[in-house]
Amino acid sequence: MADLLTIKNLRIEATAYPPGEAPRHLVLVDGVSVSVQKGRVLGLIGESGAGKSTIGLAALSYGRGGVRLTGGQVLLNGRDIRAEGAAGLRALRGREVTYVAQSAAAAFNPAKRLMAQVIETSLLHKLMTKEQAEVRAIELFAKLGLPNPETFGRRYPHQVSGGQLQRAMTAMALCPKPDLVIFDEPTTALDVTTQIDVLAAIKEAIRDTGVAAIYITHDLAVVAQVADDILVLRHGKAVEYGATDQIISTPVQDYTQALVSVRRIDHAEKSDAAPILRVQGITARYRGTDFDVLQSITVDVAAGQTLAIVGESGSGKSTLARVITGLLPARSGQITFDGRTLSPDLANRSKDDLRQVQMIYQMADTAMNPRQTVGTIIGRPLEFYFGLKGEAKRARVQELLDQIEMGAGFENRYPAELSGGQKQRVCIARALAAKPKLILCDEVTSALDPLVADGILKLLLNLQAQEGVAYVFITHDLATVKAIADKIAVMYRGKVVRYGQKSDVLAPPFDDYTDLLLSSVPEMKTGWLESVLKTRKMESAGN
Amino acid sequence: MHPLIKLVAQRIALGLILLLAVSVVIFLGIEMLPGDTAQAILGQSATATSLANLRESLGLNQSPATRYFTWLGHALQGDLGKALTNQQDIAQAIGQRLGNTLFLAVCAGAIAVPLSIGLGLVAARFNGRWPDKLISGVTLAMISLPEFVAAYFMILLLTLVIPILQPVSMIFPGMGFFEKLHAVALPVIVLVMVVLAHMMRMTRAAILNVMQSAYIETAELKGLSPMQVIWRHALPNAVAPIISVVVINLAYLVVGVVVVEVVFSYNALGQYLVDHVAKRDLPVVQAVGIIFAAVYIGLNILADLIGIIANPRLRHPK
Repeated sequence: MADLLTIKNLRIEATAYPPGEAPRHLVLVDGVSVSVQKGRVLGLIGESGAGKSTIGLAALSYGRGGVRLTGGQVLLNGRDIRAEGAAGLRALRGREVTYVAQSAAAAFNPAKRLMAQVIETSLLHKLMTKEQAEVRAIELFAKLGLPNPETFGRRYPHQVSGGQLQRAMTAMALCPKPDLVIFDEPTTALDVTTQIDVLAAIKEAIRDTGVAAIYITHDLAVVAQVADDILVLRHGKAVEYGATDQIISTPVQDYTQALVSVRRIDHAEKSDAAPILRVQGITARYRGTDFDVLQSITVDVAAGQTLAIVGESGSGKSTLARVITGLLPARSGQITFDGRTLSPDLANRSKDDLRQVQMIYQMADTAMNPRQTVGTIIGRPLEFYFGLKGEAKRARVQELLDQIEMGAGFENRYPAELSGGQKQRVCIARALAAKPKLILCDEVTSALDPLVADGILKLLLNLQAQEGVAYVFITHDLATVKAIADKIAVMYRGKVVRYGQKSDVLAPPFDDYTDLLLSSVPEMKTGWLESVLKTRKMESAGN
Repeated sequence: MHPLIKLVAQRIALGLILLLAVSVVIFLGIEMLPGDTAQAILGQSATATSLANLRESLGLNQSPATRYFTWLGHALQGDLGKALTNQQDIAQAIGQRLGNTLFLAVCAGAIAVPLSIGLGLVAARFNGRWPDKLISGVTLAMISLPEFVAAYFMILLLTLVIPILQPVSMIFPGMGFFEKLHAVALPVIVLVMVVLAHMMRMTRAAILNVMQSAYIETAELKGLSPMQVIWRHALPNAVAPIISVVVINLAYLVVGVVVVEVVFSYNALGQYLVDHVAKRDLPVVQAVGIIFAAVYIGLNILADLIGIIANPRLRHPK
């Protein structure tokens, strides 16, 4: 069969302009060759910076920012689209190739109704009349499982949920009947329970319309469900290219093997011990609202152990962390730390109480002052809590840097000069600097690539063994929970629906929600998606 | 009630309260000036008795609060009092000149607003390339020129070098609409030059800011041309900042154009105010001050409301 898209020896470059330095030339993609046949799905997989999206967008001959396609060929329906002029590219974009972005919430224009945006491409390229396009859009809404497909298009983007927007974006991409759709991490930003439904909807839509697709993701388990072939990328180069079954079951390259085995850290649960933190009957709501986002939450955190709080977005996980720190005073209930009752409000806690509870955030980027060096960032709690200065402070900073496995020379760097994993390590060091007995970790590995996230989890476990610090580990990712938790609390809509030692919580019989949550985690085998959709007890809600 | 109606009602109520507060501030400001209206009228010929008599007849012996509320009550019925200098009815005098002021402002605004937004869109489309630099350069040069310099320059150009217009823009009751347009052509050209840059630059900046959004990439990947992307996807999301600058400039066209009025001998509110400030005719100053404040507040409320209505989150709550 003739190839729909053939990429030969593609080279993509960009020029970076770091402030205060000479412009740097970067090669984003080098010597990648791949092809997609009609009606087949190619998975592109790799860590961030591997060049996945860049290659995906190359199929539209589009470069983000200053990205340039500088070598090789991109043959679409037999012609080299790199040779097309601006008008030729406009004619193929949206007609032959369409694009589904990672964050549908950002990729829809907030000022226009969904229907107008979904049919815009079909009208622009004069592929259908307005009536025909609307009929097709409604069919697609129905196929993708959107509620009230007849009227769905009248809504504005802010009026529907993230999962629905992602489906609407898929409908928008399929509406003009393209030959090829680029899916760029379409489910990454969604909850695991929503992801499974969107994934199933996308897969069905691809099958029914017979369109070819490139599916970009960093999650091998996800891509295994939809792709016929997989191309593994690293640092802009192809690592391994083969049929999905082969990549999953018999990967040849070391890097692919590491990706396949990445989810296999297991942490033996410690037996329950005396609690360092007791949260009893906490109820809380945000100012100016009349809805309790937390309803009588009662959990304990054992000294030197990890309580994982797991649930989907909106379940109240992060709010619970804010209540524990005192940022959001509880309306009722009690927080006991090390035998003392903590004041609900941050402002009334002693400096020592503040020191004992530290926090690490999901976005290490925004949790650090970009104009301070690593040394200043880690040194600040040393000064504030222990009055360390000069040489003593410097020595302690170095000690902390050693603990987070980032040797000498890092204290003079700025956050912008660190990788995502290194930034998160600095945040961990800053929390450790206060010598706390409890660290609240709010989705600390969610923004990281799997292999980097693994490194962070191992570091946290080591630090717990050395320092005896307890963690409250907030996450939506069950693999992370299995890797780090001693106790687990499952939260759903502001309540704890399941709580106990890890082995008990993860052993059947399950309540309906925990079953849904556990069964929604993609497994690295083909055919998992179909089997799980048949057997689960509860429909996922709110997507 | 739809939250939008509530918001609109709130804004209007707020505007009225603000206007009332401004009237108090103006009144107090005039109170604090040394001397009073009686002294201003009598001037050099003032004696203790004549002053006392005049104060009695003008009601100046009453407390400031009483006088404020008397003035407010009359003003609400359209009676702004009489000018001290010529005993003319202020409301009547203002009425005619306000018409002239608004005529000039509307003519200038009707050209300047679409032109500046259009130029802003073109500048954003060709960001950093020559059309952008040309538009930015020319409009900046025009705003940098003091308005009277621009005015005399235009007079030189369009009445002497190319004699198609007249240098004096007097208009009289009974003139036809097109005669009036011809008469104000020069001041309109000058005012357009003065207000163009500010609105153009805000449009350009607001559009470029929106162009960073992910949905612009979506639109580009649909195959829309750059101008279609700007017109359909960027502009609807840039309305609020553009409108706020547009109304500031419209308010300026109403209240701030006295220099241009003087240069072209155009008989409107600005000149009227300046004349009476020079003569210490305080009731006139007070009345014109209130009208200017009302224009500012009214236009800013309008900008707020358009900004709110342009936001679909407020128009269509969840």
